[in-house]
Amino acid sequence: MTNAIVAEGLVKRYGSTVALDGVDLAVRTGSVLGVLGPNGAGKTTAVRILATLLRPDAGRATVHGLDVVKDAHRVRSLVGLTGQYASVDETLTGTENLLMIGRLIGMSRKDARARAARLLADFSLSDAAERAAKTYSGGMRRRLDLAASLVGRPRLLYLDEPTTGLDPRARIEMWEIVRTLVADGVTVLLTTQYLDEADQLADEIVVIDHGKVIAGGTPAELKSRTGAQTLAVRPVDPRDLPIVLSVVGEVTRSTPEVDDNVVIAQVTEAAALPAVVRRLDDAEVEVAELTLRTSTMDEVFLSLTGHRAELTPEVAAP
Amino acid sequence: MSAVALPARPGAVAGVKNTLTLAWRSLVSVKHNPMELLDLSIQPIMFLLLFTYTLGGAISGSTSAYLSFALPGILVQNTIFATMNIGILLNTDLTKGVFDRLRSLPIARWAPLAGRIAADTVKQAWSVALLLGVGMLLGFRVQTSFWGVLGTFGLMIVFCLAIAWVAVLVGVIASEPDKVQIFMFAVVFPLTFTSNIFAPTESMPHWLQHWVKINPVTIVADAVRGMLNGGPVATPVIQSLLWAAGFLVVFAPLAVWRFRRRV
Repeated sequence: MTNAIVAEGLVKRYGSTVALDGVDLAVRTGSVLGVLGPNGAGKTTAVRILATLLRPDAGRATVHGLDVVKDAHRVRSLVGLTGQYASVDETLTGTENLLMIGRLIGMSRKDARARAARLLADFSLSDAAERAAKTYSGGMRRRLDLAASLVGRPRLLYLDEPTTGLDPRARIEMWEIVRTLVADGVTVLLTTQYLDEADQLADEIVVIDHGKVIAGGTPAELKSRTGAQTLAVRPVDPRDLPIVLSVVGEVTRSTPEVDDNVVIAQVTEAAALPAVVRRLDDAEVEVAELTLRTSTMDEVFLSLTGHRAELTPEVAAP
Repeated sequence: MSAVALPARPGAVAGVKNTLTLAWRSLVSVKHNPMELLDLSIQPIMFLLLFTYTLGGAISGSTSAYLSFALPGILVQNTIFATMNIGILLNTDLTKGVFDRLRSLPIARWAPLAGRIAADTVKQAWSVALLLGVGMLLGFRVQTSFWGVLGTFGLMIVFCLAIAWVAVLVGVIASEPDKVQIFMFAVVFPLTFTSNIFAPTESMPHWLQHWVKINPVTIVADAVRGMLNGGPVATPVIQSLLWAAGFLVVFAPLAVWRFRRRV
């Protein structure tokens, strides 16, 4: 298997802020790499460098063997970019936006028109094709953004937080579209703040925090290491908290947290839940609440880094 | 399409094609943006009507005399206002992410800026034609010749290509489109009014006259008056071109430098 993207030791500073502090990445051709991290971790900076929008201060990156700095123009013809920042022109209609991009990348008027109509149909935007993009809903906007990045049939697609701010239905629609693209052989680099999104779409995940890669592997590997699910137990009587704490700690082999009379722990094995139920029952502890849910980004971070994800906004390029 | 077969850099022909496509985009978007249409068409006509019929009698003794005095000046003012729109539109592109989309495409690096300016030139020509047309309906008559009209168009376009760089600089520096509006109001508005476009220089306080006489707005307005109404042409035209060259030399490198730093 060859790599579509290889990045080595990428560094980017903004004044005294270090946005990227030596990031290595490799994306196999035809696969989906999920870059997971909280706001401000450096995900967007990394994507901007790989899309030739920013020059790294140190390190290098290649896309299909082409250097993103020295061969930027050729890299641009291989990559489609969809993100919070790479957007469509709101004052133009859906058709006009796609037509403009088709013409810019050298299509004839006829081909550009046909491609625009095709993409709008594929993304269920035909009805809105002649309306200005500013009248679109969030989900429609995002689909048009994605369509805009696909006009030139890129072999590589960068999706920078493609579902941030979308409602659950629009998110799932977006996931379906991405899966279809991957099935067509497009290599995808996806950044996200959502663990479940990376889990759903990515073949491999790297976790970035403070501009550094802190973990990587397949979703399954990562989950088994970090605890993809969170167990929460609330005893009826707060005096039972020490017993609950020791039971949960033993079963999950971790140090649970206590928050407002609820014992919280990361779970890596499916058998943990029945084991906890059984042992609490044996100890005659009455339980008011017992839940098993997908871990939040915050909880994954806590288990990977020992600190909570900081909710600071992404460092914007000046 | 193979990546290696592609040239390492877009050629000049491709760059011009990119520019035309992006100019097309700017012009099409006017259709969907009523505010811009207002700026380009309604506002200049409104200024012309308001000033002519409310102040004309007081300043020049009659509305028809005032019309021939004020119309050339309103043409210049309108050009400056409309050019400043480049700053707002450019800033919107930068803050809304349209610019990043364009930069992620394999197109000439200079095409987005050139496309904006090319589209602006077309919009300017439209505004000048519209103002002249409405002026004529109100009774304005060109006292010179066809060449005077052509010269007016030419001078306006050269002048607006030069001051466009001020707009580009402001558009690139500002953090959001609203800030560009503030600059317009705080700098451009007084700049156009402290000239002789609406009232003769002699009617103003002595201290202000010093500025009014060297204000490029006054000089370009005088040049246009000369070309449309008759009177001295060579001196104000040469001075206008010198001002345009000055704007170009100072602001084009500054704007390009800030632009490269931002994107």
